[in-house]
Formats: sequence, C-alpha cells, structure tokens
Amino acid sequence: MQQVETEIKSLKETILKMASLCTKVVELSIKGLVERDDEKLMEAIERDNAIDDLEVEIDEKAFTLLAKAPLAGDLRLIMIAIKASSDLERIGDESTTIARRGLELSKEPQLKEYVDIPRMTKIAINMLRDAFTAFVTGDSEAAREIVLRDKEVDRLNKQQHRELAGFMVENPRNISRSLHLMTISKCIERIADHAKNIAEEVVFIHEGEDIRHSGSAPTSSSGTSL
Amino acid sequence: MAPPTGDRRFQKGGIDIASFLFTGVTGLATAIILAILAIILVNITWHGWEGISLRFILSGTDQDMFDVEKAGVLPMIVGTSARVFLMTLFVIPVGVITAIYLTEYARPDSVYTRIIRGAVNNLAGVPSIVFGLFGLGFFIGFVGGELDLLFHPDNPEPVWGKPAILWASLTLAVMTLPVVIVATEESLKAIPPGLREASLALGATKLQTVIKVVLPQAMPGILTGGILSISRAAGEVAPILFTGAAYYMAGYPSHLTDQFMDLGYHVFILSTQSPNIEQTRPILYATVLVLLLLTFTLNIVAVLVRSHMRRKMGQGH
Amino acid sequence: MSTKKAPEKADDTSSATKEEGHPARPLIEVDNLSLFYGQAKALKGISMSIREKIVTSFIGPSGCGKSTLLRCINRMNDLIDNVRIEGNICIDGENIYGNDIDPIALRKHVGMVFQKSNPFPKSIFDNIAYGLRLHGMRNRTEIEEAVETSLRQAALWDEVKDRLNSSALGLSGGQQQRLCIARAIAIRPTVLLMDEPASALDPIATARIEDLVLELKRDFTIVIVTHNMQQATRISDETAFFYLGELIEFNNSTTIFTNPGKKQTEDYVTGRFG
Repeated sequence: MQQVETEIKSLKETILKMASLCTKVVELSIKGLVERDDEKLMEAIERDNAIDDLEVEIDEKAFTLLAKAPLAGDLRLIMIAIKASSDLERIGDESTTIARRGLELSKEPQLKEYVDIPRMTKIAINMLRDAFTAFVTGDSEAAREIVLRDKEVDRLNKQQHRELAGFMVENPRNISRSLHLMTISKCIERIADHAKNIAEEVVFIHEGEDIRHSGSAPTSSSGTSL
Repeated sequence: MAPPTGDRRFQKGGIDIASFLFTGVTGLATAIILAILAIILVNITWHGWEGISLRFILSGTDQDMFDVEKAGVLPMIVGTSARVFLMTLFVIPVGVITAIYLTEYARPDSVYTRIIRGAVNNLAGVPSIVFGLFGLGFFIGFVGGELDLLFHPDNPEPVWGKPAILWASLTLAVMTLPVVIVATEESLKAIPPGLREASLALGATKLQTVIKVVLPQAMPGILTGGILSISRAAGEVAPILFTGAAYYMAGYPSHLTDQFMDLGYHVFILSTQSPNIEQTRPILYATVLVLLLLTFTLNIVAVLVRSHMRRKMGQGH
Repeated sequence: MSTKKAPEKADDTSSATKEEGHPARPLIEVDNLSLFYGQAKALKGISMSIREKIVTSFIGPSGCGKSTLLRCINRMNDLIDNVRIEGNICIDGENIYGNDIDPIALRKHVGMVFQKSNPFPKSIFDNIAYGLRLHGMRNRTEIEEAVETSLRQAALWDEVKDRLNSSALGLSGGQQQRLCIARAIAIRPTVLLMDEPASALDPIATARIEDLVLELKRDFTIVIVTHNMQQATRISDETAFFYLGELIEFNNSTTIFTNPGKKQTEDYVTGRFG
C-alpha cells in the first residue's frame, strides 16, 4: 500500500529528527555546564520544547497508522516509535534538568574539574547515536553491543557519587554544589539507560526478539532454529 | 462553496432526437404487431361467432361434414387434445434427457456433442410437411410394418402399419423436439454452477445432483418448452396429414392404432373440399375459433402450473 | 533491511496446541503435491502438515494456488477437465488420491463452504436435510434433531427456528452463509474447508462468521482461504503463505504476521505487493 508506506517512512524520519535534536540538546547542556556558558544552558532548556512537540507528533502518526492494522515489520516499527519517542522525550527532560542545575552551578565557583561527567556524557551520546544508526541500518548486532556499554556509565556514576560524597563530608560549603553535580551525574546515567532501551527496541524491530530485562544481553539467537 | 452560476451543466439540454426516434420506431413496431394480432382475432371471431354454439362444441358430426345444421366439432377437439397430450408424453422426457446430457455430461468440445447439437439445429429447420412424409415412411411404413410382421403375421390388414394417433403423436414429438431441448438447455444453463458445487461438495453424485437440485429448479423452463411445443403442435396439420388424421370417423379414438379427427385438418377439408363455400364458411371460422380457444386454454393451464411452481421455489426472493 | 533471524518452526513441536502442553497432531499430510492444468503447473511440489482441530489459513496473492490446493483436499478439482495431480494427500493416514478411494465418499468427510453462499432454492429445513438424506438418514425425528443441532452450532437456530419451512433464499447474505455452514457440518465431516467464506459479507456478518469459526474448531479441523490478513490473525492458529504455486512459508500465525521469516511473506503481509 503506497499510502501506508509513505506514512511509515514519514514516521521513521520524524523519529530520526527527534533523535538528532535530543543528541544536540544533551551535548549543549553538558557543554554549557563545562564551559559555564549560561547562553548554551538556556538554549538547551529552550530546545526541549521542540523535543516535546516531536513526541506528540510521533505518537499521533503512530496512532493513525495503528488504525490501519499494520502487520509484521510495520507493526513492530510502530510499537517502537511510541516507546522510543517516550525515551527520547525523557532524555530531553533530563537534559533540561542538567541545564537548570548548570545554571545554578555557574553562580558559584567551580567545585572541581569536570572529568567523569564529560566522559559519561560522551559514552551516553555515543550510545544514543549508535542506537539510531543501528535503527537505520538494521544492524542489530551493533544494537546488542550498545546495551553492554551502559554498565560503564553506571560505574562512572557510582564513582562520581563517591567522589562528591567525599567533597560534602570535607566541607559543608561544598554540599550545595555537590548535590547539583550528583543530580547531573544521575541524569546522565538515566540518559544512558534510555539510550539502552532504544537499542533494545532496535533489536526487537529487526529480529523480532524482545531482549529487555534479560539480565546480561545474550548473543543472537541462532540456537532455536531447526 | 459558491452555488452554480447560470451554468447549465445539469439542466436539460434540449430534445434528444435519436432517443425520441428510437422510442417512436419501437413503439410503432409494437403497435403494428398488436394490430395484426388484433385484426386476425377480430376477423376470426367476427366470422366464426355465428357458427359457435354450445351444441357446436359439444356434439359430433353426422356423415355429412358440410351440413351446417348438424355440424359439431367435439370429436375434433378430443382428437386434437389427445394427439397433443400423447406428443407431450414422448417429447418432454426425450427432450429433457437430451438437454441434460448436453448441458451436464457432454464435453463441450467433443465430436459427439457437436454432432448432436448440429442434428438438433437442423431438425428445427425442417419443413413440417417433410415431417409428415417422414412419419409416413418411418413410423407407419417401417416401424408399423415390422410390428405387424412380429405380432400380426397372418392378418391381411395392417394393424400397426397404418395411419394412427400413435404415429401422428410421435411425428409431432420429433418435430417439436428442438423446442423442448433448447428451452430446457437454457433453463439448465441459467442455474448457477454454485448450486451444483454445493451438492457435490456434500457428497452427492452427479446424477443425484441433477435429479434433486438441478431439475427441480429447471422445471419452469422445461414447462416453458412444453408450452411452446404444445402451442406449435396444436395447430400443425402437415405432419398429421398422412399419419393419422381422418376426414370422418364414427366414434372416438380408443386405441393407439385408431385414427382421429382434428380441428386443423377439419378446417383444411372444409376450405378445400366443400361444395358450398358460402354455407360452410361459418363452420370454418367457428372451427378455427375453437382451435384458438383450445390452444389458449392449454397454454393457460400450463402457464398457471408453471407460475405456481415458480412461486413455490422463489418464495421471499 | 537485515536478514531475518526468526526461528523456523521445528517439525513436531508446533506451538499450536489443543490442550495445555499437548501439540495438536497432524491430520492432513500433503506430500509433494503438484497440480497441472494441461501443461501449466499450478501447484509446485507442496508439502505440509495440517493439524487436527485447529484453524489453518492459506494466504497469498490472487492466482497463487491457495484455492486450488484447498480444492484438492476434497477432490473438487476432479470435476475440472484436463487436471492432473502428482503426489498425494493423506487424511488420517489414508491417501485420498489412492486408486481405491471414492471421491464421493471422501466428500462426506471433508466438507466445503464457498465464497459466494449457495443455498439450494428449497426450504431452510430441506437445505440441511439434503445432505442427511443423501447419506441415508430416513427417520424424520432424527433428521429434525440433526437439523436443529447444526443450526445451533452455526449460530442460526434462534433466527430461523420459526420459519424452517420458508425458502432459504429469503435469508440475508450473512444468514445464508451460516446456513451453508450448517448444511456442511450437518453430516459431521472431519474437515471443514472454507474458501473466503466472509469476503462477500459486511463487517458485522463477517465478525459473526469469524466467531463461528472459532467455536467450530472444537469439533472440526478447519482450513480457510482468506484475502483478509487481519482476519487470518484473528482466527487462525497456523498460516501458510503461497506464491505462484509454491508454499513459501508455514508457521504459527502470530509469527507470520508479526515477524515472518521470508522477505516475500513480509512484503505480502505488509501490503508491499499482491
């Protein structure tokens, strides 16, 4: 059906558009934090509105398509579209939180040099980018591999927490800034989680296998065939 | 949305000459046909009315056929009806079975089928007098002759090998066979193949399907064929000329080998052999009128039977 | 798109089960079946196992052979001139194309419902009694009971019980089709073949037929040809996809319609062709 095909294509494009925007917003908010550039931080907050709008758009498109009772690949895509748009919207929100905390932080002198946070962010952003590359190319092997990277982000988050806890104990005047940074770190950890979700959803689209909540990501299932 | 502004797209664009002419011509043709029919009927009724009376219809004739006083056509009515009835007994089974074979069993492209169809078509085109000669030569001469040899070898007089109501009816049956076959075939073809499939899918044989599903539904069509053949045969004289019609008979036909009197034949005799044409004209026209009424009655009965059947089948359609 | 990795159905561990944990056993075995219309090969070496008392659907674009295969199961193709069959079909172990098999007797056990409903122009009662009488039932009471049973099973009894002697042609399209189903199941066949039974009906009538099929599968093995993919997802347990006379993919319906193994199947199911 020509009509459905066109709508599917449009849906895919909108998802990619939203992904691209999210990536930019995350980058913007971390850059703004590290460079203590309030302008960038404000821009990040501002842009989140566009992300929210795209979520609505994707949900509407998916919903309309659903009424046409699609099957197989189309059906899986629509299911993913709805979920991914939700994940991306949360990523946008997390970035907004980071930006807001960043604005607070720039009012005070920098507590420490930012090392872990940019590193975590880099991983998270790569996870996000790679998930959507896999979405486009259909490389579900790569998507599976993304799932593993989340562990590193978790580790870095815990590490950062310990470091910041130390700062807080050292000197009560560090507490406010430490808390902000803890929140920011947590936000990035959550962003990575959402990126992982998206990667799992990509595996589902392409392989029809739901690998969520399966503990360690298994390798591909060539075992159950004849 | 602006309303149409003086645009004449949907309005009548003047008179359509072609349609008008066509309606006119077809109406005219219908009127002419009806007029001809009316003229014939009126003419016959007009001239025949004075001759018609209850006595005329219900009594027989004395030796003198041309005696206006004493003429009566009851024997002819009986004779005509009898031969038509006998003919129906022969023609409908044979015609229906042939049609069933052609529609349900025969392979459309086989040589047999083509031969049979060719024969049916040709039969339809043979002039009726030829049928009369055929009846004389084949039924009376050959079949009747053989039967006499078999059953009455010592009898100097032919028993079967002479003009008889049996042979006349058979001759008529052969003549009207194409009509019955075609009418039956048409009604069989009109039955959707889905019905046959349904029956077969339930585990019926082809024969069971034909008898229990197809034939009952084709009945109206078969009756139509019967009606057509009756109408045609009732008025035919040439086929019975040599095969069984009698100029005068004392009684009524009681045996298949008897001859019979006939309305159409009576008209023929009256009009060609009467000494006093003025006197006998009323009898002539009256006889024709009776023949028309007889045919009409036979038709009505058959049509009623058919419509009763149709109603029973197509209830709530 | 990537190569598909959906698991192929392993032979005996089908996920179509009759009761918890017991896989439905195969009832109809199609073994390398080919069908020729003169020189043209309409079915090309089809092999498949149709399981007992589930609904199996045949899907595929027009001319792919699904109806032809359906009609092989009750040997209705025998009625067409110039048809030649190679290979065989076994129902419950018996090869229905064997030399000693009477197709007429076969059709007592394999019933068929057609795309366009074709009730006889007789009364509702006589329509159903036709098959019963054909197979020797004479006792009036027995016939009446059987008629009522099959009308109830076809979810038509309540609507027609007061007018069993009226003409079947007076029923609506959906009712006529249910009557045809009742007529087919009255003689208690083992298998019920349905050739697009709802395609000529409105959505409500279609839904009733679908509900009926789901009910009937408790007692009959049902094979249904359909053009409507959503219908196949709704009512069938297993689905076979045909294309140009070949069996392309055969698996449980959920897999075929959410994650088919072959690209052709995916393309057909998503409406990219056919």
